[in-house]
Amino acid sequence: MTTAEKQKSDVFLKYLRPRKKFPSVWCPGCGNGIVMGAFIRAVDKLGYSKDNVAMVSGIGCTSRMPVYMDFNSLHTTHGRALAFATGVKFAQPNMKVVVITGDGDALAIGGNHFIHACRRNIDITTILINNYIYGMTGGQGSPTTPGGALSTTTPYGNVEKHFDPCHLAIGAGASFVGRSTVYHYPQMEKLIMQALEHKGFSLIEIISNCHTYFGRLNRKGDATAMLEFFKENSVTTAKAKNMTPEQLEDKYVIGTLHEDNVKTEFCDEYQKTVDAQRNG
Amino acid sequence: MAEPVKRLLQGNGACVEGAIYAGLKFYAGYPITPSTEIAEACARQLPRIGGRFIQMEDEIASMAAIVGASVSGLKSMTATSGPGYSLMLENIGYAYMTETPCVIVNVQRGGPSTGLPTKISQSDTMQARWGSHGDFTSVAVAPSTVGDTITETIRAFNLAERFRTPVTILLDEVIGHSREIVTLPQPGQYEIVNRVKPTVKPEKFVPFELTANGVSPMPAYGEGYRYNVTGLTHDVMGFATNRADEIQAKLDKLRNKIANYEDEIQKLRVEMMDDADVAFITYGSVSRAALQATSLARQAGKKVGSIQLYTVWPFAYDRIKELCSRCKKVIVAELNMGQVVHEVEKVVCSDTEIHTLQRYDGEILTPEQLLEKLEEVL
Amino acid sequence: MTAESNDKASIPQDRFEIRLSGSGGQGMIFGSVVLCEAIGRAGDKNVVQSQSYGPEARGGASKADVVVSSEEIYYPKAMKLDLLLAMTQEALDKYYPDLKENGMLVVDNTLVTEIPDRDHYARPFTRLAREEVGHIMVANVVALGAICALTDIVPLDVLTDAVLARAPRGTEDRNRKAIEIGYNEAMKLKKK
Repeated sequence: MTTAEKQKSDVFLKYLRPRKKFPSVWCPGCGNGIVMGAFIRAVDKLGYSKDNVAMVSGIGCTSRMPVYMDFNSLHTTHGRALAFATGVKFAQPNMKVVVITGDGDALAIGGNHFIHACRRNIDITTILINNYIYGMTGGQGSPTTPGGALSTTTPYGNVEKHFDPCHLAIGAGASFVGRSTVYHYPQMEKLIMQALEHKGFSLIEIISNCHTYFGRLNRKGDATAMLEFFKENSVTTAKAKNMTPEQLEDKYVIGTLHEDNVKTEFCDEYQKTVDAQRNG
Repeated sequence: MAEPVKRLLQGNGACVEGAIYAGLKFYAGYPITPSTEIAEACARQLPRIGGRFIQMEDEIASMAAIVGASVSGLKSMTATSGPGYSLMLENIGYAYMTETPCVIVNVQRGGPSTGLPTKISQSDTMQARWGSHGDFTSVAVAPSTVGDTITETIRAFNLAERFRTPVTILLDEVIGHSREIVTLPQPGQYEIVNRVKPTVKPEKFVPFELTANGVSPMPAYGEGYRYNVTGLTHDVMGFATNRADEIQAKLDKLRNKIANYEDEIQKLRVEMMDDADVAFITYGSVSRAALQATSLARQAGKKVGSIQLYTVWPFAYDRIKELCSRCKKVIVAELNMGQVVHEVEKVVCSDTEIHTLQRYDGEILTPEQLLEKLEEVL
Repeated sequence: MTAESNDKASIPQDRFEIRLSGSGGQGMIFGSVVLCEAIGRAGDKNVVQSQSYGPEARGGASKADVVVSSEEIYYPKAMKLDLLLAMTQEALDKYYPDLKENGMLVVDNTLVTEIPDRDHYARPFTRLAREEVGHIMVANVVALGAICALTDIVPLDVLTDAVLARAPRGTEDRNRKAIEIGYNEAMKLKKK
């Protein structure tokens, strides 16, 4: 196979924006590329039409992802992706709407939109790439920065408590919640497929590496070392069932954490109102 | 034509009638006095026409949702008052940058901050011009009666669609809450403008192409034109740029697509100005006091005229300059500490005296107060 | 007795300003809306209605204004009232200064005891509603019936239709009765 043929056959290239100027804004080794690959392959396996996928994002390294992919893309303001996405989905309920977000974007400035999107159970898939830090602005603490961790705004160690995005989403009413890490590529891809196919609000939290800031400031090593760390410290949901809270401390529980296929979805429910009012 | 339908409506209700006539299909909003009746009417009426209503978690989200719906192809609107408008400005700026048509209603109340929820004001006039950060050219219309509110809302939607831009409707508490009997517009009575859609093949599509009139055709998501929409300053393809020439071209586009057609956007009501020595310049519900005062003054033999700004932004500098050049004096009356008066000062020549009448105590200016001012300046 | 009382020297139009006032919960706003709708049904006159909002509308004196004119109504608020309906003493005290010298004063003397020494029409609308109709809630409608008799702004049958169109289902009879009582009581006053 020639290089050209190989490129044509590569599913990844099929979904990259043909007229976009590369390279991406991401640092070499960034976990965002791994997630993008998994997302593209998930969409390809599910056979979605590119025209029927809208990718919505806010601000941050992660939020640049939709720009690179050949879907309908809406790169919005900081934290507001889910609010814009709600407009897109509600206007076109048949559109597959996906929000790509980071820990700062989704949980700090976008925290309110996050919990309300969960509460409505609107059929949006949210992929939250959690790297524990603000990357684009240069390494500031975020709502998931662990206690004691260093960042440029917690130079003496973080004194704040952190959010667990999955538990937050479950508590707020999301009907599908799962977690993965950038090390666990096949599981991540499968989880994204499940989330995309789920009817209702789905959240996939993906633990990722920002070796440039979080890694460097907290002596976690380079990208490879951080991926190794995710590998060593992850346990599956099945395994976690038989572990004590003490044993689970500082572990990443990966897999499907919550699934509710009974809860009604927002756009469907509204459509019932429309049908009733139009007929009545 | 069918028998005209007359109805007793509040200004807020009239706004919804006008919006639906203009093609409103999507409303997102957050409750705030004195605009809430608009949300309530949309919640009742939109499902009946297959439209959508959603109460969002705040005004930031409301503005975001209507932009999302508009890029998805639906004519969209939100309504609020000063505190909510402040929150919306973030994403109103996004709508300017992404050239997304939408309508924002600001039923003004007194400020700053929470201010006077149930009292009238016109103190968001400048905010409608310059509120969001950055450079852009804004469009804002100001009805003064319940009937006007229907037609100006239709006009706001048409301007938004034609120029691919957010348009603000500056209502105020008095118009929003007053009830008047109005005749509902009949099908075909008013022209309805819809955004121009691309006709080229998707692979040839240039999303923010600089066309002759500055407005780029806009597809809806799902129509096969997969393009990027971003709040970052972008090139014609919709991708973020740091190139000086592309940055300047984008900002010029935002300005010129409106500036080049200002005369088609501007709308004034000019009464009894032919031989007027003194002119009232007003907008919104104050214009009604001005018309009343003008008619009373004329009856008393005084040469007074009234200029009402239906379009507040872009400001009708040329028209105002021309109208006022024949007057000895103008009185700019508004419910704030002086906003539009500064625009008048920019163009009215030094031979004409500019006087102000400003009220900011939560009450509307009365014809009596305008007449008193008139006596004072004569 | 309506058009004549208009102060034509100051206002060039056949502008007529009405204020319905009482306390929050007495249905003054409902009354004003119905009155506007009736005027709309009756002909081509313009009307503007406005009302007190917020804390002002809850408890204390509550008001709803109706401005009627066959010409374009410029100023939407009442400037000098042609007709003041006062259902409570507080409302009367508060709004009486806004009434024209030759304006019409209509008072519910169930609750109002101190009435200015001038021409006025007083009937116990609230007591009539309670005793004759059996529902204190329709005192505002009794008052509307009286206003209908005392002025020529709207014919009785049109006002009745407008009230019934707005009234909750099941209350048609009591509302019809309330209007009639108000109308007849006022006609008695008029004959004097």
